[in-house]
Amino acid sequence: MDFRGSEFASGPAREDALPASAATAVKIVIVGGFGVGKTTLVGSVSEIRPLTTEETMTEVSVGVDDVRGIEQKTATTVAMDFGRISINKHLVLYLFGTPGQQRFWFLWAGLFEGALGAVVLVDTRRLEASFDVIGRLEDGGVPFIVAVNVFPNAPTYPLDEVRSALDLPAAIPIVACDARSRASSRDTLLALMRYLYRLSTQSAAPVAASAATE
Amino acid sequence: MTPSPFDDASLSWDQAGPERLYVITGGRGASRRRADVDLITLVVARTAARPEMQPEHASILRMCHSPLSMAEISAYLKLPFSAVAVLVSDLLRDSYVEVRSAVRTDRVRNPELLKAVMYGLQRL
Repeated sequence: MDFRGSEFASGPAREDALPASAATAVKIVIVGGFGVGKTTLVGSVSEIRPLTTEETMTEVSVGVDDVRGIEQKTATTVAMDFGRISINKHLVLYLFGTPGQQRFWFLWAGLFEGALGAVVLVDTRRLEASFDVIGRLEDGGVPFIVAVNVFPNAPTYPLDEVRSALDLPAAIPIVACDARSRASSRDTLLALMRYLYRLSTQSAAPVAASAATE
Repeated sequence: MTPSPFDDASLSWDQAGPERLYVITGGRGASRRRADVDLITLVVARTAARPEMQPEHASILRMCHSPLSMAEISAYLKLPFSAVAVLVSDLLRDSYVEVRSAVRTDRVRNPELLKAVMYGLQRL
């Protein structure tokens, strides 16, 4: 990974360029509340220093909560960090960490569309922040797993307790994760991929149906 | 190559205000933007940047000598995705770039594709 930290407004550093053979891209979305470690996880496994993309959201009305860029009453700028993993010569995986303000996650049209799946990163100190996103992913038919980010100063709970606190269906995997660790973050993504592979080979049980059973 | 004011590394996202975006996209909105371009569409230049080009178009051509996603172009130009989508649509119209589209929604459940991603991650 490149930590030299300078901005390359004219494009990526030479070593960050994709091979000319790169033909297809896929994405995984990392969702979770503010400060839960989304960007840390993305940075742990990304082959490039995490970058930031932005989109301007237009809303019918602006809520009472914290909104940046207030100069236009109905426009809000939402930033999202992302990283990249070259899977092979032809295939590239992008990892997007969604912004902290939950109501924006589903406003970014196309963010979840075409995603392989999602990782819901949770902090056991703020589990309630995860209810809304889990519900919305289920409603949207986006397959996901839950990863409990293990913070050094947070109490640890057995995963079964976290599962029942989240009211998570038995079929959906839940794993412990240390977002600072490359190996642990990779294993979290692999847990999602194994789950997605299992779903893809269960022809009789489409994702939406299994998500709707609970 | 003509240095562009937008190559200035000190330019921050905050300076991408509505006026700047209006100028860059010529006030064009979604109507001039191709629907098939998304965050992970890979863009590849088919021609070199020329001095008479709009600086942002030239910057995109320079950075896309290797395939680069729309999200990365947005990050390096410090422009919102929707503005980059308009700029790339311009370049597509003139055949200055080609795009390699993301895996279609109906193919992301393909077991072979999922297996390939799994193998790639295991090598990390």
